[in-house]
Amino acid sequence: MSLTPYIVLSAILFTIGSVGVLTRRNAIVVFMCVELMLNASNLALVTFAKQHGNLDGQLAAFFVMVVAAAEVVIGLAIIMTIFRTRRSASVDDASLLKY
Amino acid sequence: MPIVLSDAHIPVVDPSTADGVFSLLWLIVALPLAGALVLLLGGPLTKGAIDKWGHYLGTATALGSFVLSLTMFFALLGREDSDRQVAQHLWTWFEAGGLNVGMDLLYDPLSALFLLLITGVGSLIHIYSIGYMEHDARRRRFFGYLNLFVAAMLMLVLAANFLGVFLGWEGVGLASYLLIGFWQHKPSAAAAAKKAFVINRVGDIGLSLAIALMFATFGSTDFAVISAAAGEASQGTLNAIGLLLLLGACGKSAQVPLQAWLLDAMEGPTPVSALIHAATMVTAGVYLVVRSNFIFELAPTAQTATVIVATVTLLWGAILGCAKDDIKKALAGSTMSQIGYMMLAAGLGVAGYAFAIMHLLTHGFFKANMFLGAGSVMHGMNDDVDMRHYGAVRKAMPVTFLTFAMGYLAIIGFPGFSGFWSKDRIIETALADSWLVGLLALLGAGITGFYMTRLMLMTFFGEARWGAEVHPHESPKVMTFPLIVLAALSVLGGVLLLGDWIVEFLSPVTGVAEHHEPPVPALVVTLMVTAVVAVGVAAAWFLVGKRDIPRVAPTEVSFATRAARADLYGDAINDALVVQPGSALVRGLTTADRVGVDGVVEGGAAATAGLSGVLRRLQTGFVRSYALSVVGGVLLVVLALLAVNLA
Repeated sequence: MSLTPYIVLSAILFTIGSVGVLTRRNAIVVFMCVELMLNASNLALVTFAKQHGNLDGQLAAFFVMVVAAAEVVIGLAIIMTIFRTRRSASVDDASLLKY
Repeated sequence: MPIVLSDAHIPVVDPSTADGVFSLLWLIVALPLAGALVLLLGGPLTKGAIDKWGHYLGTATALGSFVLSLTMFFALLGREDSDRQVAQHLWTWFEAGGLNVGMDLLYDPLSALFLLLITGVGSLIHIYSIGYMEHDARRRRFFGYLNLFVAAMLMLVLAANFLGVFLGWEGVGLASYLLIGFWQHKPSAAAAAKKAFVINRVGDIGLSLAIALMFATFGSTDFAVISAAAGEASQGTLNAIGLLLLLGACGKSAQVPLQAWLLDAMEGPTPVSALIHAATMVTAGVYLVVRSNFIFELAPTAQTATVIVATVTLLWGAILGCAKDDIKKALAGSTMSQIGYMMLAAGLGVAGYAFAIMHLLTHGFFKANMFLGAGSVMHGMNDDVDMRHYGAVRKAMPVTFLTFAMGYLAIIGFPGFSGFWSKDRIIETALADSWLVGLLALLGAGITGFYMTRLMLMTFFGEARWGAEVHPHESPKVMTFPLIVLAALSVLGGVLLLGDWIVEFLSPVTGVAEHHEPPVPALVVTLMVTAVVAVGVAAAWFLVGKRDIPRVAPTEVSFATRAARADLYGDAINDALVVQPGSALVRGLTTADRVGVDGVVEGGAAATAGLSGVLRRLQTGFVRSYALSVVGGVLLVVLALLAVNLA
C-alpha cells in the first residue's frame, strides 16, 4: 500500500495551516491554523512510523498532542485576556511590544 | 680642560669588624631616630604633655650622638692608619636571587669627620632652636623633624653601601621638604618646599640609576666590593656611573643646572637654613663624590664634568649673592658658591678630596654661624629679612655682630681664619690643574669678598634704617651660646690643616696624591687670593659703604643687577627648557587621548548604537510578520538542504 497520499495530505494541510497563520488576523483562526500545522506533522509522523514499521513516530505524535493540548489552554487564556481588555481578537491590534 | 689621570693608588675599602666602643655605631643613628619617633608620635599619647619637654629630648638625642661620635673619633685616632676602617653588619636588609643588601655601617676617617660636623653643629642648632622657636606653637614637631633629619643624615654618611646612602639621601630630602614647608600656612613656603622636592627628584633619579648600573656591573653596591672591582669595569660604564652620581650630587647640593631650589628654600625657619641648607645636607653631594672616589678616579669624563659644573656654580652663586637684599637669600647664594668650591676640589681628584672635605667642615662652621647670626638679627627685627631695613645693628646686638664678623672674616678668607686655609688650598690645587679654572676660582674669591662685605655693611654698619615699631635687642643666651661656639670654630678651624693633618687623616679613604711641584708657589697664590679679596672688599666699601642705602630697592639698575636679582633667570630657563615642553607634551598627550583613544572607543559605541537603531525597526510588533520570517527561514534551510543533497 502506497503511503504517498498520506504525505501529500500532510503537506497540503501544513501549507493551508501556514498560509492561514500568515494571512488571517483573527487570533482564534490563527490558533486553529497552528493546530492544523501540528496535526499535519502528526500525520506525517504516523505515516513514517508505519513505513518504518516501528512506534517511534507514533510516540512522537503523542508528545505533540500533549504539547498542543497544553498550548491550547495557555493560548486560549491569553486570547481571552486580550479580548477582554481590547475588545478585539485581531493579532494586528496586539502590536504594543515593539521598538 | 685637560685633567691628568692620577696614577696614585686608589685605596680599597676593606674594613675590620666593629668591636669595643665601635660596636655602639648603630646607636649614633638610632638615638635621633628614636627621638624623632617619640616627638612625632608622642603628642597624642602623652596628651600634649610632651610639648613642655620635647625640645629638650630632641636636643639630648643630638647631644648623645655627638658624645658617641667624639668618643669614637678619639678611639679611631688611637688606631694605626691602616686599621681605621670599621664596619658593623646590623642585619640583612633584603635579598633576592643573587642580590644581597645588608644594613651595614662603615666608620672611617671620612664618616668620622662628617659625624662630628653633623652631630656637633646639629646639637648647637638644636640648642639655638630652643630659643628661636620658643613662641612657635608647633615647636615639638619642629624638633621631631630636626631629629629625623639628623638621623637620616647620619645614615647617609655611615652607610657601607650605596643603597644605604640612598636611604639616608631620601630621608634628608624628606626632612628638608618638611622643614622648608614648616610654616605651611604661607603659600610661598609651601611652594618652596614643593620646588625643592621636585628638583631633588631629578637628582635622585640620577643616583638611583647609578645604583642600578652598579648592581648590573658589579652585582653589589657595597663600597668594599665596588672599590675592589672598579678597575675591571669598562671606561664607558664607569663614566656613566660617575655622571649619574654627579647628577644626584647636583640635585642635593644645588649645583647648576639643578640650583634653582636653594634660594627659595630660605622660606624655612632660619635654624633649618643653617643646619640643612648650609652646613650639612647640601654638602651631601660633595660627600657622595668624595666617597665614590674609586669610581671618579677611573672616570675622567665625569671628573671633567664635575669641575665644569663646580666652576659655573661657584660663580653663579657668588653673582646671586651680590644682588639679593634678603639676608638669607644672599647667604644662600654664598652657600651655593662655596659648595661649588668643594665640588671643584672633589672634581680635581686625589689632590683635592681632602681640601673639599676641609672646606666643607670650615664652611659648616662659619656658614652655620652666619645663618644663625642672621636668624638672631631677624629675631630682633620682627622677622624682617630685607637688609635695606637694617643698618647699624651692631650697636643693638653686639654679640651677634662680633660672632657674625668672625664668620665673615672666615668666609672671605682673611689671613689666619679658617676659610683662608681651606679656600687657598682649593684655588692652589685648581691652578695646578688648569689655569682657566684656577683663575675663575680666584675671581669667585674676589666676588665673595664683595658680597659678604656688602652684606656686612648693609646689616651692621651705616645709618639705622629700621622703622619706629622695630626695637632691635640682643637675643637670649640660649641663642648666643651656639653663635659663640661656632664663631670660635670659624676662627680656629684652620688648625685642621696644621701640618696637613686632615690630608693624612683622610688618606685611607681618598688615597695619597703624588707630590707635584706647584706651577705657582703657594705663597704667591696666597698673596694673589688675598689681593683679589681685598679688591672685592674695597669695591663693596666704595659701592655700598660710602653711599646711602635706600629703604626701597632702586628699580633702574643695570642689566647685570636685574639678572642677578632674577636668580640669573634660573627659573625662566627651567620654565622654558623643562616646564613649557613638559606642559606641551602633556597637552599633546591629552589631545591624542581625547581624539584618538576616546575616538575609537566612543566611535565604536556610537556605531553600534546607530546600527541597533536601524535594526530594531525590524521589531514591528506584528506577530504575522514574525511568523513570515520564521517560515522564510525554514524555507531557506530546506532549500539549502535540498541544494546540498541534490548537488
